Amino acid sequence: MAAVSISDTPDGRRILALTGRLDSATLPEVWDKARRAAAEAPTRPVVVDAAGVDYCDGAGAALFVELLRQPREARVEVANLKPAFAALLKQFDPQVLSHDLDPEPPRRPAIEEVGFEVTVLWRDIRAQVEFVGELCAALWFALTHPASVRWRDVWRICERVGVDALPIVALISFLLGMILAFQSAVPMKRFGAEIFVADLIGLAMLRELGPLMTAILLAGRSGAAFAAEIGTMRVNQEVDALTTMGLNPVRFLVTPRIIAAVMMTPLLTLFSDLVGLLGGALTMQSFSIPYVTFLKEVDAAVSLTDFLAGFVKSFVFALLVAAIGCLRGLQTSAGASAVGDSATRAVVSGIILLVVVDGVFAVAYYMLNI
Amino acid sequence: MNADADVVIRVVGLDAGYEGVAIQQNLNFEIRRGEVFGIMGASGSGKSTLMKHMIGLNPPISGHVFIGGDDIVTADEPTLERIQRRFGVMYQSGALFGSMSLLENVRLPLEVYTDLPDAAIDLIARMKLELVGLEAFTGHLPAELSGGMQKRAGIARAMALDPSILFLDEPSSGLDPVTAASLDATIRRLSDNLGVTFVIVTHDLGSVFVAADRVILLDTAAKGIIAEGDPRRLRDESADPRVQAFFRREAEAAAA
Repeated sequence: MAAVSISDTPDGRRILALTGRLDSATLPEVWDKARRAAAEAPTRPVVVDAAGVDYCDGAGAALFVELLRQPREARVEVANLKPAFAALLKQFDPQVLSHDLDPEPPRRPAIEEVGFEVTVLWRDIRAQVEFVGELCAALWFALTHPASVRWRDVWRICERVGVDALPIVALISFLLGMILAFQSAVPMKRFGAEIFVADLIGLAMLRELGPLMTAILLAGRSGAAFAAEIGTMRVNQEVDALTTMGLNPVRFLVTPRIIAAVMMTPLLTLFSDLVGLLGGALTMQSFSIPYVTFLKEVDAAVSLTDFLAGFVKSFVFALLVAAIGCLRGLQTSAGASAVGDSATRAVVSGIILLVVVDGVFAVAYYMLNI
Repeated sequence: MNADADVVIRVVGLDAGYEGVAIQQNLNFEIRRGEVFGIMGASGSGKSTLMKHMIGLNPPISGHVFIGGDDIVTADEPTLERIQRRFGVMYQSGALFGSMSLLENVRLPLEVYTDLPDAAIDLIARMKLELVGLEAFTGHLPAELSGGMQKRAGIARAMALDPSILFLDEPSSGLDPVTAASLDATIRRLSDNLGVTFVIVTHDLGSVFVAADRVILLDTAAKGIIAEGDPRRLRDESADPRVQAFFRREAEAAAA
């Protein structure tokens, strides 16, 4: 329990007599009353009589500091505080605590904010161009000096990028094939054209959805993982250690990841194509289209060019997703949220790049009549 | 349970370690109210592990830790929370929340556990930061500060609720000598004036000789306590060559 009693003396002073225990539990009982009493009489000298204070910890000392730091005409003094508590109070300077020494910087005007964001974007584009150059040099070096590549790392990453992704790629592709078949078979059945669902699934999976979905899954799984892994190394100064040991971080960290992703993604794409077709074939069973008929129709509708059109894309997608993941990892700044931010940026940038490049492929294939 | 009213922490038959592998065995010691108690030992001797057992972060292999009569080892979840509110902990790296400014870090326990008005919370948090010399960095994020400053802010957060027991893991490592000396003086003052009990895991002999009332010295080979008492007396009077070697080598390292 804590209490404060207020009295005014004939000589014009205001006495705030504090009693009891002053700690974080009891402080709310006296905080407002004591502050108000001092504020109401700015011209009277205030004496805070602490003779009745049995205990005072850091929170209790805050009340004295609060009364001492207020700007007012007449002074405030603390009297009769026990020596142990006075020694505690002596550690704080009410003048220092009377103003914020580290105020928030004022907000930038809107036009400055726009300029700032444009500069950030420009720097990011420049960093990406620089990184592409560095990456090309590192990949060329790896190609001409294959023994310099850390192949043990490459196989380890291959397992994580490829083998470990099989279940999720299988699930998504299978469901995609099934849904695509079901959604298209129902309206097509009305025209007796359900057999052409096989053409649709064959072309869509092999040319477009197989490579794209695999690449999106790659961005979500491996792109984010690369960014987080390299980002954590950056925060832990492991990247600095590599640099000071004379090892190029791009060659040491990025090259194995790019090689692994480029090796594994086309295989995952093939797997996705097959599982997607299987999902479609299974659905068409319920529309009385047997497996053999479905596969024959796919075989008739899909050419080797269609297959290659999708397959070539998977190499490019792999390169993009792995590179942007590694770049975001290397760009990781300091702080607890930095690694998470890098992983998020890796996924977002990866997916944007995939969609843009897929559009470029679509236009190029159209122009080339593929 | 506790015959001596002054004993605030009692460690009984504690085997410290992880996953059944004991680093220290059958540890028994008591810490009294208002005492500055040092846990010392070479790297890998299990000092920080012992502290984690004492604050209920990791269960020991066996044994008990009584804090104010409650066994933290066997306590259920609500009891553990109640016991943990009695003490503050400063972790080796500061362990500040990276997305919050220093002021917000120190304010957090006050906001959660007290009914204080916002102005009081703000002032108390600023006072704690002034205590560790960070009054000019209240708005900074931890990532914008050096390791030593983060550690000082960690101490300020541990002291936010004025706990009766403070556990400090390597408080002076990474601090400059002036700040380390000021921290030692603050520890001594809080202990002498307010009866705050400090449990300090440290290597820093300078701090131990200035601030600590008693220490235990853990030994990796012996898997136990090889010395207990006033650090100055242990340094000057212990006949145990292992104790002498520890204090001598540590002192030489500190002087180097």
